[in-house]
Amino acid sequence: MSRIREDYERTPWRRLVHFINGDEESVAERAGYEVETEEESVRIHDDFFHEVEWNKRKEEADTLISQYEEWPETKGLKYFQKIYRLMSALICVTIIVLLLMTVAELPTLGEAAHPINNEVSGRYIEKGMEETGAVNIVAGMILDYRAFDTLGESHVLFIASCCVLILLRIDSKGKGSTKEEAEENDRIYEPKNDAILQYVARYLVPIIILFGIYVVFNGHISPGGGFSGGAIIGAGLILYLNAYGFKKTERFFTAKTFSTISVIALGFYALSKTYSFFTGANHLHSIISPGTPGNLLSAGLILPLNICVGMVVACTMYSFYALFRKGGM
Amino acid sequence: MNFIWNFPLFSVVSCLFCGVICSVLPRRAAKTLCWSLVSIVTLMSAGVLYFTASTGESFTYMMGHYPAPWGNEVRAGILEGAMALFFCVVMLLSLVAGAKYLDKDVEESKQNLYYSLSNLMLSSLLALVYTNDIFTAYVFVEINTIAACGLIMIKGNGRSLLASAKYMIMSLLGSGMLLLGITMLYDVTGHLLMTSIHEEVQNIVSSGSYSEPMTVIIALMCVGLAIKSALYPFHSWLPDAYGYSTPSSSAILSSLVSKAYIFLLLKIFFRVIGWEVILDNKITDILFVFGIIGMMMGSISAIMQKDIKKMVAYSSVAQIGYIYMGFGLGTLEGVIASIFHIFMHASAKSMLFISLAELGEVSRGKTLLTKLKGAGYRNKLAGVAFTTGAFSMIGIPLFGGFISKILFASAAVDMNSTKMVVTLVALAVSTLLNAWYFFRAVIRIYTPHRKEKDKYFSISTAAAMVAFIALNVFFGIFSDIVIEGIQTGLAMFL
Repeated sequence: MSRIREDYERTPWRRLVHFINGDEESVAERAGYEVETEEESVRIHDDFFHEVEWNKRKEEADTLISQYEEWPETKGLKYFQKIYRLMSALICVTIIVLLLMTVAELPTLGEAAHPINNEVSGRYIEKGMEETGAVNIVAGMILDYRAFDTLGESHVLFIASCCVLILLRIDSKGKGSTKEEAEENDRIYEPKNDAILQYVARYLVPIIILFGIYVVFNGHISPGGGFSGGAIIGAGLILYLNAYGFKKTERFFTAKTFSTISVIALGFYALSKTYSFFTGANHLHSIISPGTPGNLLSAGLILPLNICVGMVVACTMYSFYALFRKGGM
Repeated sequence: MNFIWNFPLFSVVSCLFCGVICSVLPRRAAKTLCWSLVSIVTLMSAGVLYFTASTGESFTYMMGHYPAPWGNEVRAGILEGAMALFFCVVMLLSLVAGAKYLDKDVEESKQNLYYSLSNLMLSSLLALVYTNDIFTAYVFVEINTIAACGLIMIKGNGRSLLASAKYMIMSLLGSGMLLLGITMLYDVTGHLLMTSIHEEVQNIVSSGSYSEPMTVIIALMCVGLAIKSALYPFHSWLPDAYGYSTPSSSAILSSLVSKAYIFLLLKIFFRVIGWEVILDNKITDILFVFGIIGMMMGSISAIMQKDIKKMVAYSSVAQIGYIYMGFGLGTLEGVIASIFHIFMHASAKSMLFISLAELGEVSRGKTLLTKLKGAGYRNKLAGVAFTTGAFSMIGIPLFGGFISKILFASAAVDMNSTKMVVTLVALAVSTLLNAWYFFRAVIRIYTPHRKEKDKYFSISTAAAMVAFIALNVFFGIFSDIVIEGIQTGLAMFL
């Protein structure tokens, strides 16, 4: 019968088994040191040193060890932060210098020979109004020539508001703070019937919202459009909320309103543009006509799309504010 | 004009549309809508692939009434069709397999938003694959970034919030650099359409002007997309993002999101800047170096992990290193090997994450190496799936990883001596390191331990897992067809 070797636990095979099993192996064992028991070591040291000297040495060793252990938290972190800041500043400066040097090499802006003055922008400027029916050729570009990009862009807004909803909306069954608590906390921000704010808001809010609607509706005629007009309307709604509180705004704007408006607007956007892309690519006759440039009802799909984008932007702005304030609308 | 030409448009727009609709539907309806939509889009992508493969030609599709340099355009060839089909299949399988964990990880009232996010994610992936316009690519990169943040953070505990914040900062840095590159490229060439930029860049390079801005542009785009796809020094967001999100999110993120950015980089290399210009600028050598370092460091970090989920996440860093190393070789063989590796890694990694979640489920919810003892007996199917994925990652014959390693090695043999030696040594060492940590995990889950029945069995997860295994074995056994497809697809790309 074979006997178990004395150093059986330290054979490579046993170590592999331990490693696979994920058992913790002591540092000393891994390094291959002989592990002394405490009694043994004390005995050995007693033989060589006087007791006094031994204690002194032990004290020294203890302070050294404690210093070593504290080093990362005290000095190490400081050094690291210093080096980190220095390095990041250096990298920033290098990249800034590099990019500035590159910009200096780029073609001069406004020059006639600039590469961007080619047939692409030429057609936008010369035929833009005729082909899209929009006097504002920027609107014509983003909502007709390159409508696919803008379709993506409006969904960027939607998905951003989805993420904010996920992050901030508090549902009553939530683990942390409940809906009631959040509304309780929100009372702090509720207006204490501030007369000045309410008086100013009474006159300003209608003007702001009307101006926003004007910008949206004239997006194809004058500078502006869905994104800018929507932002103005959203700002007006936020001012109204600050002056009069959730009680007043909840009469016409709830979470349901938000989802209905964004679904209808984006759904209309996607469907109408699919129709337009489909007919365009397949060279079919499209019922959408550019109309007379300059009229309010002209420019084909641009006006309805501006309205859609405006509604989505306004709702998103307002809902961001409401979500940040009390985790709901 | 064939009706199939409309499919890229339909698949992107229907995903966007259903993503919006899902946000107002109740949870079950959203799930049904999302699953059926992804299935339909899968069929459409298969149609595109079949059509391009049978005609042997790529097609461009005008988005709207205006032809290409003025309006937007999408383009589909064999490679695009194959990528789109593959992305849809992996997306569908990940969603189906991870559905049962959603109930646990995500609040009930927010589950419909999860499906909304994944639909928008799919739309952005498809748009990135199909687009022939570099600005459209940027817009959908934005959607992709925000959707990925949402997919990570929807779990809602502290760790996943932190992970998504990390991801957001790094990823937005990458987007910013990409946008800077696109802006400068537009300034120099005056175009946004890939085909036109390509012509313009060839003119600029042959006339010898703007050589410094060109280098900066290429560097900005490469670094931006490298950050977003977690090439080695920029990988710090990856382990947390993959490790602390709900299983289907980790599967989608690891297998699809980073791969879509790599595919975009490939498009920029071949269809925007031009492969010759890229080679002249030596950017491939830099990618080669970082790819090699990534292969080593990713594996070494993976070995040091105690949590297998983190280990698998770090292994992704190594595999991304492989892909960039293949680009860095600077030959078409290397690029073909990289594309094959994209397919192989995406199918294996998503399966690994899903099967790990299953194994953790039967080990008291923990995926620590010590807790997983004997998990392979408690959930046999997940054990088999994990083993298949691990073998594929290591590069055991009959599985996809073996083929991609052979392709990398044979591409390296044609190179000059330094690159050849470095690549072959790196491949050998990295394979050993992979074997070390994956075999350790496999042995661990098959170490006999307490027996317990799998109480959480669900048909859909099991079916998805079987499909995942089949997909992996397909890449191992029928690799000839895939490689041939990639070759013809790449030829169409040029």
